[in-house]
Amino acid sequence: MKAGKMSRNQLIAVPLMVFLFVFAFASGQALAQADKTPRGGTLKMIYQEPTHLNMAIVSGTPTGVPALQIFAGLVQFDENFKPQPYLAKKWEVSADGKNYTFYLEEGATFHDGKPITSEDVAFSLETVKANHPFGVAMFRAVDRIDITDPHKVIFRLNHPYPAFMAATHPLLLPVIPKHIYGPGEIRKNPANQKPVGSGPFKFVEWKRGQHIILERNENFFRKGKPYLDRIILEFITDSNARTVAMETGATHIIPFSYLSGDDALRLAKLPQFAMTQKGYEAIGARTWFAVNLRKPPLNDKRVRKAIAHALDRNFIVKEIFRDFGKPATAPFHHAGPFYNGKLPQYELNLNKANQLLDEAGFKRKTDGMRFSLNVDWIPTPTNQAVCEYTREQLKKVGINANLRASPDFPGWAAKISAWDFDLNFDSVFDYPDPVIGIERMYISKNIKNLIWTNTMGYNNPEVDRLFAEAQVEQNFAKRKNLYHKVQEILMDELPLIWLQEGGFYTFYSKEFDGIPMDVWGVLNPYDTIYWRKGRTG
Amino acid sequence: MASSSFGWYLLRRILQAIPVVVGVVILNFTLLHLAPGDPAMVFVGEAGGATEEILKEVRRQFGLDKSLMEQLFIYGEKVLLGDLGFSYFQGKPVMDLILEKIPATILLILTAIFLAVTLGVLTGVIVAQRPTSLGSSFITVLSLFGFAMPVFWLGIMLILAFSLYLPLFPGHGMITVGLTGSFWDLAKDVLHHLVLPAFTLAIIYIAQYSRLSRASMLEVIGSDYIRTARAKGLSERLVIYKHALRNAILPVLTVFGIQIGHLLAGAILVETVFTWPGMGRLMFDGILRRDYPLIMGILIFSSVLVILANLITDLLYGVLDPRIRRR
Repeated sequence: MKAGKMSRNQLIAVPLMVFLFVFAFASGQALAQADKTPRGGTLKMIYQEPTHLNMAIVSGTPTGVPALQIFAGLVQFDENFKPQPYLAKKWEVSADGKNYTFYLEEGATFHDGKPITSEDVAFSLETVKANHPFGVAMFRAVDRIDITDPHKVIFRLNHPYPAFMAATHPLLLPVIPKHIYGPGEIRKNPANQKPVGSGPFKFVEWKRGQHIILERNENFFRKGKPYLDRIILEFITDSNARTVAMETGATHIIPFSYLSGDDALRLAKLPQFAMTQKGYEAIGARTWFAVNLRKPPLNDKRVRKAIAHALDRNFIVKEIFRDFGKPATAPFHHAGPFYNGKLPQYELNLNKANQLLDEAGFKRKTDGMRFSLNVDWIPTPTNQAVCEYTREQLKKVGINANLRASPDFPGWAAKISAWDFDLNFDSVFDYPDPVIGIERMYISKNIKNLIWTNTMGYNNPEVDRLFAEAQVEQNFAKRKNLYHKVQEILMDELPLIWLQEGGFYTFYSKEFDGIPMDVWGVLNPYDTIYWRKGRTG
Repeated sequence: MASSSFGWYLLRRILQAIPVVVGVVILNFTLLHLAPGDPAMVFVGEAGGATEEILKEVRRQFGLDKSLMEQLFIYGEKVLLGDLGFSYFQGKPVMDLILEKIPATILLILTAIFLAVTLGVLTGVIVAQRPTSLGSSFITVLSLFGFAMPVFWLGIMLILAFSLYLPLFPGHGMITVGLTGSFWDLAKDVLHHLVLPAFTLAIIYIAQYSRLSRASMLEVIGSDYIRTARAKGLSERLVIYKHALRNAILPVLTVFGIQIGHLLAGAILVETVFTWPGMGRLMFDGILRRDYPLIMGILIFSSVLVILANLITDLLYGVLDPRIRRR
């Protein structure tokens, strides 16, 4: 070979070697990066004990928290409510909004080794639709499901239904194995107590009244995850015992404000703990007074407005909810994509309240009172405090509020279901789309003898029409506009008097990181959580 | 003859127990069902909502769609056949649940009884021998505190004191979750968890038995036969612990028999505070959830237990006091 001139082989070899070197370096960097996340460890949690572990038939959070580790879903959502791949690696929505195609991860299996296929996804949706409290609301538009390809599912809707995507979060649409849950009556399936799923953790044991143990799914379709060895969920019903468990390090994470507010505020000052209110936006928790519109004088809008003006939401949030959450300023949760932030507010104004009541014809009698009404609430200390505050405020405007304590939840539910109430202090979730959690409270066909429906008896054809139109409106801006109009009407008519929203918090030990903080927060798989003292390399 | 009269005595007691258990069933069944709301509402609450169809189906599955009399009749029939029903929310037969949880409650209660009787009687006896001493006053005041303190408050205070500030004992549970090892390793761990709840449950009875045995002992010490025993030259230890104690403990036994039901009620509170996985905790969860078969099953079980305990108490009387046997 002559000096200064390269042969043809060298001309090929040199760039090839450079390429290989760069590739190896990049891969090594990537692997080195992945290896650095510590692995191992046991995450201990405390929360309420569920009745069973099948999210396909309930929407309660006690089921959701453990079951989301066991069951995967089609998608997750980021902090902007945008869907992200999960069991579905990608998806397509047809231009007319009537066809949703999901491409499943190939090679994904259930915990018993059987492959996850489109048939399981189809079965899951049919099960949810038939059995879940929101099944019809979420999937009423699904006309049929094409599953000709084992890794491709096509949902064919009979009309556009923008809420569909929001309903594919695993809490609302868990992918459950047809070969396990198919046979027999789903509510009595023994797998509800010993589930077989496809999530990052497998079920190990459930000792009633004590704990659930989950262990890492070594064959999870997200390679390299989860990082934790185990999750132990304990059921400690005594509030003080929960605080002690957190303070002594016997537990690591308590979600959904299950650690009392005063203790959380105290412990959050310690360097080893952290607290966040992020991760509850999709749940969209709100509190309000539901007004029984059937009963005079509450059927008079001026009376409802007077009550709204008599209550100081800032005080309620700051003093009763200990500054957790914020005052409600609209019928929709402020973090939701359709929130209308430009509505007139009902600020605390006792003079205005008195004026409205006078205008409505309810003058003060000789005892200074105008009329009486009953106040009910779900029996908890915080709810009772809100109602006691309300009683004192209403007294100032001449309304005699009679507090009716219920002995327990069923006692309260019986009254509300029978429409035997005047003002009912309640806490309800908006969920990520108005079709799922919001319209149920206002549409006239949902006036039912059931809690968490339109128990107020609110009937406004215009509101019904706007909700129906928004349900099928594909264009986001138009949909938002429709919901804004709904909120304007509701804010004027006040079938509900919204008080506070948000308010949930997660309390955790800084020994652990990677806790999901997107809009679904702790209602996510914990495949990203790791123990800082775990094994590296 | 003695054994046949004992047999008749037992039979009489069993026959007396039957109307008690029947009364417990009818009264509690009716009261539970008359309370506003029903377990289907609990289901709705835990499920995050329901449709009318789901609610109707749940009521049908729980048997709540029938009239009260019909439900009572069906339930009574099952109980006569030894079937305590199926828990609405735990998905298991009630009898299985009770048998699963009862060992933990028995362990807790027996330990509490042991602590209560031994410490209570011992302190009572000591105090009775030196009724005007400083130690006696101290124990008397301590007994008053023990008697006056609410059980759940005491439990919380003990958790704070000995699990948090002085981390000597676990604050919840019966065993460290996921612990493996030999039988002795597990037994040690259970004992470690048992200390605080057992002591919490026992304290009120320690206080009570201390005062009772003190009073009883003071009365017995003044008896003629004790004077005779001392005059015969027997050691004071023998006089007190062999001759006097046997009679002095009889009132403690009487009170103990009456208090079995009270102990079970206390166990509910203690098991809830300490997350002790016994029948009391099961009852608490059942009440919160209006799990009618579970509540009824535990009530029946408890009433039979109380009746048995009273029977054993009466028999023990005969063991301790030969005069009762001869009668």
